[in-house]
Amino acid sequence: MAAVTTTSRQKLGWGATNLVVIALALIPVLWLASLSFKTPTAILDPSFVPAQWTWGNYTQILSTTQFIRPLINSIGIGLIATLIAVVLASMAAYAVARLRFPGKGVLIGMALLIAMFPAISLVTPMFSIERAIGLFNTWPGLIIPYVAFGLPLGIYTLSAFFREIPWELEKAAKVDGATPFQAFVKVIAPLAAPGMVTTAILVFLFCWNEFLFAISFTSTLASRTAPASLAYFSGSSQFTVPTGPIAAAAVVITIPIVIFVLFFQRRIVAGLTAGAVKG
Amino acid sequence: MAEIVLDNITKRFPDGALAVNKISLDIADGEFVILVGPSGCGKSTTLNMIAGLEDITEGELRIGGKVVNNKTPKDRDIAMVFQSYALYPHMTVRENMGFALKLAKTPQNVINEKVEEAARILDLTQHLDRRPANLSGGQRQRVAMGRAIVRDPSAFLMDEPLSNLDAKLRVQMRTEVSRIQRRLGTTMVYVTHDQTEAMTLGDRVAVMRNGLLQQVASPQELYERPANLFVAGFIGSPAMNFLGGTVEENAIRTGIGDIPLTGRLQQVLSRSGSGRDVIVGVRPENFEDASSVPADVRPHGITFQASIDVLESLGSEKYIYFTQETGSVDAAELTELARDSGRADTGSGEATVVARLDPETRISEGDNAELWVDGRALHVFDPATGQNLTLGDSGSPASSAGPGGGAAPAQADAGAAGQDTGSAAPPPR
Repeated sequence: MAAVTTTSRQKLGWGATNLVVIALALIPVLWLASLSFKTPTAILDPSFVPAQWTWGNYTQILSTTQFIRPLINSIGIGLIATLIAVVLASMAAYAVARLRFPGKGVLIGMALLIAMFPAISLVTPMFSIERAIGLFNTWPGLIIPYVAFGLPLGIYTLSAFFREIPWELEKAAKVDGATPFQAFVKVIAPLAAPGMVTTAILVFLFCWNEFLFAISFTSTLASRTAPASLAYFSGSSQFTVPTGPIAAAAVVITIPIVIFVLFFQRRIVAGLTAGAVKG
Repeated sequence: MAEIVLDNITKRFPDGALAVNKISLDIADGEFVILVGPSGCGKSTTLNMIAGLEDITEGELRIGGKVVNNKTPKDRDIAMVFQSYALYPHMTVRENMGFALKLAKTPQNVINEKVEEAARILDLTQHLDRRPANLSGGQRQRVAMGRAIVRDPSAFLMDEPLSNLDAKLRVQMRTEVSRIQRRLGTTMVYVTHDQTEAMTLGDRVAVMRNGLLQQVASPQELYERPANLFVAGFIGSPAMNFLGGTVEENAIRTGIGDIPLTGRLQQVLSRSGSGRDVIVGVRPENFEDASSVPADVRPHGITFQASIDVLESLGSEKYIYFTQETGSVDAAELTELARDSGRADTGSGEATVVARLDPETRISEGDNAELWVDGRALHVFDPATGQNLTLGDSGSPASSAGPGGGAAPAQADAGAAGQDTGSAAPPPR
């Protein structure tokens, strides 16, 4: 009996701890959602549930290019950067997983280094570079750094997937008359497709959430992404803080992520842990 | 259809390891040749070099008369079956079998025709639209064979294709492989570490050890006239028994008694003088229950007493195991064989001897039985070089490449291959 009481007490303890953690994580998000449904006059109302529900904040942000245009930028830049990063990463990962070549260790080390590098220390030099070569405030100005930071992530995830594909399949393809490129495209790549999808999701999430480069390397709506655009929201007059619209925009940006993660949860976890444990 | 000629082929890996050492082998058009040997002997590397999956360090490889050293696998017109089958998991059976033809830009109706014909041969017709994951081991194995067959290549290469199957299926597929090869009449090189497969399948068997060719001959020849200790110990199941012995006048003194020397053996051994240490090899079937040996045969061998440790009855035959003071049986070959078969204790002073007896025998476990050994069937080996002295130097067709022996291996190998091509052309079908 003693053992059972301890277990139920333990369960209770764990349950309580989990609840606290979840509450800490979720309350700000729910608070944000609540704010986005409040009228401008009720912003300072401390009650959690809005006294008067309104879609006004949403209609306001979705009817202005101030937010629609950055949303399009975000989607465009994210998709292009993801595509480039996945294609390059799959080639690099294939080489890392399959070939023995001089400098392989250095390459992997460099990739890791880039992934770990504090982005803030790169912002100033990169700002100068982008100004100098005319990339500042353009789509490529963001796509290039995103690809650079997405690549290490992609190489790591994909090489784990490639390692799990038996080498004999490639030998078989070669004997069947395939060139190395055909073997990659027709045999290896289709088998690594789940890995590529996972990698694409991870890289896209990174691009979608990125804020530092987005705010530093853009100056107009031509290339500003959604997270950066939030900082430029203005109220109806100079003296009002546009809390409601900001909250609404934050919710709009978050929704795709939530849907993505719910849908691809297993894929993402598989991608992050692929190759970690021999199956 | 093509003959494959390996001319002094050597493979040295970048780390300096010598995997294959100057192998020369002529494989005739339509011949079924088995490469056999313990793991790490270089047989798979040799096969990969023929396929073009590994570079050839030295030597020349000719397929159908053309040097193909620097050709990619796709230009060699060979098909290969892998140990893991290496079926493309994302393609159906039909797509798997047609993949090579599709790459070769064969018209779709021709592909369909060939795939369906191969499927008929292999009894896969009803599985054509399934994926490999939904097939059983035997079916996958047949798909792998089918993928090779549809291409109608000049040669098939098989890398331990049956070793992933369970025992029963393996025997069944072994017959199947043999039947298919006979039906198609295509040159086939087959790698295995299983001596039973080697014995049952091949027109000729090439035994390899440490990257060196030991002997190339028909299965029967290998069994009856092994060139050296390694071949003798590797071919045959249960394996040949090895006993230490000393050459005396007209006899060899061994742990089981003095075995009289007869005929040619006497000639060969008398030259080297008495007192010489040798290793005596006796096949399990050359022992017999002394009581069942007819009186007129008895003088050809000797009888001795042995206490039977274990008796296994298989119905058609009985195996008995007894321990013998074997003397100093110590040769590199035997150590390696022991390691390969897991009997790491051979070569110690005492060893277990296996004898195959007629099922009529009344010997039972624990008996101190009287056994007879046939003196005519002895193999006598030189412990230093491992050479089979029984064969003598009377121009035996069995080739030998003494590892560390007197003859330079390269020369011996080249001679072996040359001799064998003459004598072991594929049998007419």
